[in-house]
Amino acid sequence: MTTTYTFYTSAKILKIVGVILMAAGLLGVLVAFAGYQVISPVYFGLGGIMAFCAGGLITIWQLRMQKPVAEQNNYTWQKDITARGITGWVIALVLTGFYILLYWFPNTLKGLVLAVEPLSRLLRHKPADQWFLYGTFYTLAVLVMGVHALLKYRNNRYHIIRTISVMFFQLGFAFLLPALLLLFNKPEFYFSYFWPLKYDYLFPGTVSYLVQDGAAMGTFMVFWGAILSFIATPVLTYFYGKRWYCSWVCGCGGLAETAGDPYRHLSDKSRSAWRWEVAIIYPVFGFIILTTLLLWLNSWSEGRILGSLSQGFSATYGFFIGAIFSGVVGVGFYPILGNRVWCRFGCPMAAYLGLLQKHLSRFRITTNGGQCISCGNCSTYCEMGIDVRWYAQQGQPVIRASCVGCGICAHVCPRGVLKLENGPTENRYAASVLINRNDVDFLS
Amino acid sequence: MQQHEHLVIIGNGIAGVTLAQQVRKRSNVRITLISAESATHFSRPALMYVYMGHMRYKDIVPYPDWYWRKNNITLVHDRVVSIDFEQKQLHLQKGEPITFHTLVLATGSTTAYYNWPGQHLKGVQGLVTLQDLEQMETQTKGINEAVIVGGGLIGIEMAEMLKSRGIAVTMLVRDKLYWQNVLPGQEATLITQHIQNQGINLKLTTELDEILGDTAGQVGAVKTNTGETIPCQFVGIATGVKPNTDFLRNTALQLNKGILIDNQFKTNIPGVYAIGDCAEFREKYEQQPALEQLWYTARLHGEALAAILCGKAQNYERGPWFNSAKFLNIEYQTYGYVPNSWDETKYDSLYWQNTAGTKAIRLFYERDTEMLKGINLLGIRYRHDLCHHWLKQKYKLQDVIYELEAANFDPEFYRHYEPELRQLYFNKFPDKAQQKKQNSWWQLRKKFGLAMHLENSDKPL
Repeated sequence: MTTTYTFYTSAKILKIVGVILMAAGLLGVLVAFAGYQVISPVYFGLGGIMAFCAGGLITIWQLRMQKPVAEQNNYTWQKDITARGITGWVIALVLTGFYILLYWFPNTLKGLVLAVEPLSRLLRHKPADQWFLYGTFYTLAVLVMGVHALLKYRNNRYHIIRTISVMFFQLGFAFLLPALLLLFNKPEFYFSYFWPLKYDYLFPGTVSYLVQDGAAMGTFMVFWGAILSFIATPVLTYFYGKRWYCSWVCGCGGLAETAGDPYRHLSDKSRSAWRWEVAIIYPVFGFIILTTLLLWLNSWSEGRILGSLSQGFSATYGFFIGAIFSGVVGVGFYPILGNRVWCRFGCPMAAYLGLLQKHLSRFRITTNGGQCISCGNCSTYCEMGIDVRWYAQQGQPVIRASCVGCGICAHVCPRGVLKLENGPTENRYAASVLINRNDVDFLS
Repeated sequence: MQQHEHLVIIGNGIAGVTLAQQVRKRSNVRITLISAESATHFSRPALMYVYMGHMRYKDIVPYPDWYWRKNNITLVHDRVVSIDFEQKQLHLQKGEPITFHTLVLATGSTTAYYNWPGQHLKGVQGLVTLQDLEQMETQTKGINEAVIVGGGLIGIEMAEMLKSRGIAVTMLVRDKLYWQNVLPGQEATLITQHIQNQGINLKLTTELDEILGDTAGQVGAVKTNTGETIPCQFVGIATGVKPNTDFLRNTALQLNKGILIDNQFKTNIPGVYAIGDCAEFREKYEQQPALEQLWYTARLHGEALAAILCGKAQNYERGPWFNSAKFLNIEYQTYGYVPNSWDETKYDSLYWQNTAGTKAIRLFYERDTEMLKGINLLGIRYRHDLCHHWLKQKYKLQDVIYELEAANFDPEFYRHYEPELRQLYFNKFPDKAQQKKQNSWWQLRKKFGLAMHLENSDKPL
């Protein structure tokens, strides 16, 4: 009895400390945001950010470790914060508001930009700007909520390794390395992003800038990008499915798998959502291909084909797809629409990887014979809105273009029915002999 | 069945729904599915997850509404009050009578009570139906202590549900260990300890004597056969289920515990069949209990009767047994025949367990022939298709040993325990020569033809 008593007491103290630190941190950030002309934005802002993260980690620790592994999803659909309640909406509004300020009113964020100034000086020898602030927040979100995912899925080595991978790529390849390049006066470059997600990496303007300004390093960057887009992507997707990128490397995926993880069940599983998905994502991909080709044609013809129109063309795309879709809706609406809205409906890279995964890959999610009890945990927790149960209850493997291979369906299955695996392409769609199927088209 | 005929199924649980789907795949007969419980089929084993907040009720409904329209299966949400077997007519509580050509009873089961004093008090209930779940939601609101009677699968489900709400749970278990009437001692010990480690108060070798109430008719405590009084505001009855056949008593239909059927699911009345939990086989077929009250067997009954009605099969043959469950954090799978105790001269087993007491594998075999009879797995997943194949093909232990890796179905990067199990085998049989060659699952799948091509499965007529 004594041990239980101590545990509850220390848990209570931890909880209070965590909440106080988070509240104080948030207050500091708000003070820096509004009053940077009066007070020190570094002490309040950076101090606040650190206090918030520390408080967050303490709260996460006590929240996740006091629950056994099978109870991690208790109350998911009953809690205000994860079931589209008031708290969920407030978080969505704050996130969306931040994106609006970031894209359209960056001057309002001056206090916070000043708060991360010392960090920027240290890492890049450059003054901070709103994009550095954004990168800092983004990376912190992936790291802190990465710890959350590590504790929530602590009994599953697939999730532990995968989560460490996204944390590593965000911190190293999307935050420190680009800063380091600037430090050495090289072009800022993200080695973990490439065409068609980072569509302009293969635009003539970027290519000539990299080659001219970056010299040998710049030429390497251009080759790196092209090789990853056209050789590494098909090869890796053939062997492992699109997961090697979407839930192991990509920064958008990294944020979705960490900060967005508590919202994965909010994705729409209906057939009409799937219809919207294919109606949007493939045209976006087609648009990128077309734009890239036209820009090169234009470049070779020295502007005779499109003139200056092409620049406006890509700027418009950047605004609608880059800012509104991937930022405001993609992340801001996490608590309302789920954590993979951008990846599912908008990302051209996901479309490209999805086509490869569907038609040229060894990856599939196998169903274990006739063991499915149709409970629906797999479908509920699929962030991509795939009705996994539809396949599982018929003993069929799940082979879908949109599947990012996060592996949560296999984790939440109470009967161990699903397994992500790579196998021969021959008979890839073959189902279990132990169950009778009913032949109704699901996706039509 | 002829094209113009009307197939009426009472009960939209997994047995009735599977039957409707599988008949529709092969035939254009008119199909009506009647249920008093719910408007559409839902997954019964998933009820617990609604209570715990993992899912909403609509998430445990496997088929969207368009599915039933598209397949032309009529759903009726009403209660069958009585059946006129002479006129082949069903009388409903609300709607017009329904006439049938073929009737299938798939009415499932309800909680079995054993006439305990106080069993009708408020706060005493089982967990089988959707209505039970709704009742449990209201009856457990704001309470602190609960007692579960019975140490089976429903019992541990209810315990897990109550635990999720911070309610202190005491389980009364008749045997010396949890689920000892099914699991061999070592597995039962492992699970018993796990349940205790998770903070559930297990009272072993204890039975319920009486449920005590307060003046308002609300449960206040239970009294056990050991003379102990345990205060509680909720009592979960999990001592088993019984066929749901009350509305069929005193009709021409022959009943025992369940509706009596032969191995074609035929009752004593022509054109009337029974499947799932409510059915009871007249004769005992090999290693197959008369009442098979399990979700998986209900589905198999539905599949089998559909094949029989459509002239694609003669009899129901269950094939190698399988089952699965989850005890709090520990998953359980079983394939084939593994009894809780056995004749040592006839059978033997290889048992491996990890030191943490969270994972175990048992290979159960015939002593003389070394033929594999069954497998128990705790905390480890094996491939159903391959285990089924081993049992069907009457594998010997020495052959199983070399296909263990291929059978493992755990997620990627998990530690594999097959080398340890194999070592146990060679320690026991030192004269067996160790071979090197091992096949992957994909090689075995191809070799044994364990892949079903969708285009080869039965198409709709």
